[in-house]
Amino acid sequence: MSYPVRKFDAVIVGAGGAGLRAALQLSEAGCKVAVLSKVFPTRSHTVAAQGGVGAALANMGEDSWHWHMYDTVKGSDWLGDQDAIEFMCREAPKSVIELEHFGMPFDRNENGSVYQRPFGGHMQNFGAGPPSQRSCCAADRTGHAMLHTLYQRNVRSNTHFFVEWMALDLIRDSSGQAVGVTAMEMETGEVFIFHAKAVLFATGGAGRVYESSTNAFINTGDGLGIVSRAGIPLEDMEFWQFHPTGVAGAGVLITEGVRGEGGYLLNKDGERFMERYAPNAKDLASRDVVARAMATEIKDGRGCGDNGDHVMLKLDHLGEELIESKLPGIREIAKKFANVDPVKDPIPVVPTCHYMMGGIPTNYRGEVVAPSGEDKEAIVPGLFAAGECACASVHGANRLGTNSLTDLLVFGKSSGDSTVKFLKQNLEHKDLPRDAGDLTRERLDRLNNQTNGESVSEVGAALRQTMQRNCGVFRFPDLLANGVAEIKEVAQRVMRTQISDKSKVFNTARIEALELDNLIEVAVASLVSADARKESRGAHDRADFAERDDENWLKHTLWFKEANRLDYKPVHMNPLTAETIEPKVRTY
Amino acid sequence: MSDMDRLRWSCRRGLLELDLVLQRFLNEEYPSLGAEQRETFNRLLRLQDNDLLDLAMGRADTSDKEFGVLVNLMRK
Ligand SMILES: Cc1cc2nc3c(=O)[nH]c(=O)nc-3n(C[C@H](O)[C@H](O)[C@H](O)COP(=O)(O)OP(=O)(O)OC[C@H]3O[C@@H](n4cnc5c(N)ncnc54)[C@H](O)[C@@H]3O)c2cc1C
Repeated sequence: MSYPVRKFDAVIVGAGGAGLRAALQLSEAGCKVAVLSKVFPTRSHTVAAQGGVGAALANMGEDSWHWHMYDTVKGSDWLGDQDAIEFMCREAPKSVIELEHFGMPFDRNENGSVYQRPFGGHMQNFGAGPPSQRSCCAADRTGHAMLHTLYQRNVRSNTHFFVEWMALDLIRDSSGQAVGVTAMEMETGEVFIFHAKAVLFATGGAGRVYESSTNAFINTGDGLGIVSRAGIPLEDMEFWQFHPTGVAGAGVLITEGVRGEGGYLLNKDGERFMERYAPNAKDLASRDVVARAMATEIKDGRGCGDNGDHVMLKLDHLGEELIESKLPGIREIAKKFANVDPVKDPIPVVPTCHYMMGGIPTNYRGEVVAPSGEDKEAIVPGLFAAGECACASVHGANRLGTNSLTDLLVFGKSSGDSTVKFLKQNLEHKDLPRDAGDLTRERLDRLNNQTNGESVSEVGAALRQTMQRNCGVFRFPDLLANGVAEIKEVAQRVMRTQISDKSKVFNTARIEALELDNLIEVAVASLVSADARKESRGAHDRADFAERDDENWLKHTLWFKEANRLDYKPVHMNPLTAETIEPKVRTY
Repeated sequence: MSDMDRLRWSCRRGLLELDLVLQRFLNEEYPSLGAEQRETFNRLLRLQDNDLLDLAMGRADTSDKEFGVLVNLMRK
């Protein structure tokens, strides 16, 4: 018995900024497009973005896309593909202005132009400075406003939304072409096949692989799990961006302003350890120095708490008055998410995962590419990806702030355009393969019939701890090797998860088990890729290989689920029209 | 149909802070609410993520009295 089939020109999985932007291109071109989302579109994680969207509009002084490009290449520690980066930076101003015309309520200057604020890493004059004001915001609700603007526009163009539907697996035919997905309607538990001429993934990040993460619970890397089960590799999964101070256990960010105002970090002995690592700057040392020191204290057994897995951020000496006036909101956050009043007690903090640089390999047109024969970047017909789940790669080894909203606007649109073009060249649906849906059925049957199995929450916790302990912000060879072994054991346990509630209707236990199937692919890919990369570059910071090694490692990692195989492909050093930005030592 | 499961999924939001606040509320406060308050909670969940979080964190207030009672429980 096969699953019921619904037919569309294209199916887009994900309704965050990237999915909505892509969907708009398709709907406005008159294509019949289905957009699937686990949650109501405006509750996608894009809603969390506050800092703004980067684009060289030059509204606040001189700026140019060339400078934006330079900053992005440098930020990426030269792992970003320069053709994709040029494309993004050149298109960014158009994308932002277009969004403004769609009705996005950007903050404005007196003359009516979009107001732009400065943001770390964005400079004038090819990195020489001064800082460039490049970030466009809508108060502190940029992501929220972006989602609303794009959602409304999609509703107007008759995009077909399937809300609270979870995509489960990709269907490819014998030639490898993507011809649809299986998806579950949460309300009924029914599974359907979405038969399409093209499939586009925009499922966002996977930050929930870490114990401490700023990502919402829905960020489980579903698109990555789905494509890796379908034989497509994941690119550069060793690169995760961390923030030094998130509330331990919760992940909620504590702004760096706390250290700016005089707060400092303590280990379990009550020692102000930053004095040892950075005698001058101490707790005001740069982000990576602070994060590295915290990780070292924890690894060397000087972490706090029963598990010794965090350090303390002390600010009570600043006094209630200063805390209330200079650090508004911090007291509330600490009370609510750490259960401490920082006026009296220190806040437990830990380096916290924020953004995934790697993902589904694509070119700058949003087409998914994978090795085939000699060609390392053969196009997978009918398959597209954009946003945080995709790796174009513009962020390389490290993302610049505000560049991810830029990414999802520019590549949301370009992947949508590529899909429209593909649909024009492929007028008919290709037949579904005879085994369409079998993988999904096997997975669901396995889950429903499992006995003597493992608890989803326990295995999930083991996965997150393994990642946090062994594949964190600062990486040690013994921990990486240990982590690879441990995560493979966790992967065995994931194959034996069991749920007690077998009902079909809105079964969150089942949904969480299915999410775990995706998280594990992301976690294994990250650890295996990180262990193999014997250098430090951007966010991949190793204690045993402290330097970047362009001779051996100026290349992208590709991880295949099958046998945990690794492959590599060259970085695109040639931009589309600009001159190559040659690798240099990256200092700020 | 499991009302609790549906609610649990409605508490999945785009903001981590809200996930945490709503998860706690659902586990610790919701079970002791009466039918009317449960209905109000359902209504509250229809708010936008940022608006709901501002209420929960005490950064904004509501003139809706029924909301007010639940918001106070969230702020605990
Ligand atoms: C706290 C915070 C602040 C940030 N601030 C900024 C900022 O100021 N500027 C900036 O540039 N970046 C910022 N970022 C990063 C940026 O917000 C994200 O990278 C970006 O919003 C991701 O957008 P997306 O469209 O790719 O995915 P998302 O917005 O995460 O959307 C993913 C979509 O996929 C759907 N989905 C997932 N799995 C499935 C499935 N199996 N079936 C069906 N649907 C599915 C979800 O329902 C959702 O609709 C921030 C991130 C965080 C955590």
